[in-house]
Amino acid sequence: MKVLVAVKRVIDYNVKVRVKSDNTDVDLTNIKMAMNPFCEIAVEEAVRLKEKGVATEVVVVSIGPKASQEQIRTALALGADRGIHIETEEQVQSLAAAKLLKAVVEKEQPQLIILGKQSIDTDNNQTGQMLAALCGYGQGTFASEVVVEGDKVNVTREIDGGLATVSLNLPAVVTTDLRLNEPRYASLPNIMKAKKKPLDIISPADLGVDIAPRLSTVKVEAPAQRQAGVKVGSVAELVDKLKNEAKVI
Amino acid sequence: MSVLVIADHDNSVLKPATLNVVAAAQQIGGDIEILVAGEGCGAVAEAAAKVAGVSKVLVADNAVYGHALAENLSLLVAELGKNYSHVLTSAGTTGKDFMPRVAALLDVAQVSDIIKVESADTFVRPIYAGNAIATVKSSDSVKVITVRPTGFDAVAAEGGSASVEAVASAHDAGVSSFVKEELAKSDRPELTSAGIVISGGRGMQNGDNFEMLYKVADKLGAAVGASRAAVDAGFVPNDMQVGQTGKIVAPQLYIAVGISGAIQHLAGMSDSKVIVAINKDEEAPIFQVADYGLVADLFDAVPELENSL
Ligand SMILES: Cc1cc2nc3c(=O)[nH]c(=O)nc-3n(C[C@H](O)[C@H](O)[C@H](O)COP(=O)(O)OP(=O)(O)OC[C@H]3O[C@@H](n4cnc5c(N)ncnc54)[C@H](O)[C@@H]3O)c2cc1C
Ligand SMILES: Nc1ncnc2c1ncn2[C@@H]1O[C@H](COP(=O)(O)O)[C@@H](O)[C@H]1O
Repeated sequence: MKVLVAVKRVIDYNVKVRVKSDNTDVDLTNIKMAMNPFCEIAVEEAVRLKEKGVATEVVVVSIGPKASQEQIRTALALGADRGIHIETEEQVQSLAAAKLLKAVVEKEQPQLIILGKQSIDTDNNQTGQMLAALCGYGQGTFASEVVVEGDKVNVTREIDGGLATVSLNLPAVVTTDLRLNEPRYASLPNIMKAKKKPLDIISPADLGVDIAPRLSTVKVEAPAQRQAGVKVGSVAELVDKLKNEAKVI
Repeated sequence: MSVLVIADHDNSVLKPATLNVVAAAQQIGGDIEILVAGEGCGAVAEAAAKVAGVSKVLVADNAVYGHALAENLSLLVAELGKNYSHVLTSAGTTGKDFMPRVAALLDVAQVSDIIKVESADTFVRPIYAGNAIATVKSSDSVKVITVRPTGFDAVAAEGGSASVEAVASAHDAGVSSFVKEELAKSDRPELTSAGIVISGGRGMQNGDNFEMLYKVADKLGAAVGASRAAVDAGFVPNDMQVGQTGKIVAPQLYIAVGISGAIQHLAGMSDSKVIVAINKDEEAPIFQVADYGLVADLFDAVPELENSL
């Protein structure tokens, strides 16, 4: 079974982003970039499926500027077999990303497609669901467990009320939640090996997909800052303030 | 202009988040209709018909919608939704699951997690874990939107008298089926709508120690939440996680106990009206957003807090 994994290059999750002074966007100059944390979990899951003998090949795809190849190489160092880079300097919104991924799915015919549940930059949480809809596939979103059984996959999902399990016909789309697995670190020998693994570079035009954005950004602002409050000296003082000053209990 | 709101429910109760979504719909303007899709969901439809400001309730009562499988539900919502200017639902895990499929089927973008309506085509939403607030404009014919409930004051649950109309179409995509559900049972208020929330982090050390928080919660009528670290360590279940990738809460009072205040956690609670932090490390970032900070060992402070309530 072939598994396709989509990985996105985003700001490192430890970095606190700042808004540009002209309010057009956030400032990403000289900012540390990394693989979206949910995508790392997606790669890890695919590699584990291969280690278990369920998957035979793990193909990783990323859409974005040239530098996205760093994230593809990281995925290859973590155990993916081959990379596809859809190179574009344009902004690619979720619907366009889903259409590009669909074109790759048509070519590669994977049985399982694993994405992150959410990009930590746009916080969209859309692409996997859109891809599944465009392909007419079932989806297991926010997955905390993925079990392939014959021509079906059982996915346990993290939902507001607890957990829900669905059974999906293969091919299917899975999006990862944080507790699906703990991603490994790439070893130095594997990083060296990854440099030799195949990486195809194509363009959105090669895939015949129109990626023109549907949403335009009017402005980007910093959130309202909370004022740091006071330190209280004791529990008694805290309770007094909550009762008589804030009047919330 | 007309707005279709997809109700959030469990086949027996209309979830309060729907009232916040109707509030967002009112700010957009035009007629507001609610779709209740489920199985044996008549009581939900009745409740929806009473919501203030709603003109019509559509009910699709069929086994194929019983578990809100996104594959089936999205076909229904896309079929109905193309006749509206806007399709809205709350940004809970159900809405996040099916709504992007609706957008894809209609070949439009989705605007996720809006916290403000600027105009019929322009909306405000947090990005980068709430470290930036974007105003975005949609050029699509149908605006498909998920609404962050804490961004809008709920409309009244009573006072409306909408007509109720059955929808016959039953879509079964035939690619997925429901297996089982393990729902957390609790007598405490729901995290996302509670007036007071007390959350524990890694500092709690284990699941048994959360008992201390439950006791305080019961005295205050509060819900109990957690940081990701506490959930990952297995102290408490995942549905208690507050944050960028968990639940978004904005209660009157949020009490963070043994939580450091990582940006991903702040993203889920920094719109709370009053924030209290109890942490033994006076440098913990949580104190930068706390209205009242208590530098103390939680194992002393929390029992004392319980006794003084
Ligand atoms: C993609 C991604 C998404 C994430 N999403 C979320 C999310 O939605 N929600 C979330 O919460 N996190 C999220 N995180 C994790 C986040 O980055 C932090 O790791 C996490 O919030 C830390 O939890 P914590 O504050 O409980 O633990 P820690 O950072 O370890 O802090 C524990 C605190 O407890 C204090 N403490 C210890 N013992 C005591 C004591 N006896 N008395 C008083 N204080 C004590 C310590 O001083 C410390 O400040 C996410 C991370 C990533 C990468
Ligand atoms: N530009 C991209 N390249 C590769 N994968 C992407 C891209 N954008 C989104 N994805 C995938 O879709 C997931 C969810 O993204 P989003 O819908 O943007 O929150 C990510 O975790 C990735 O797996």
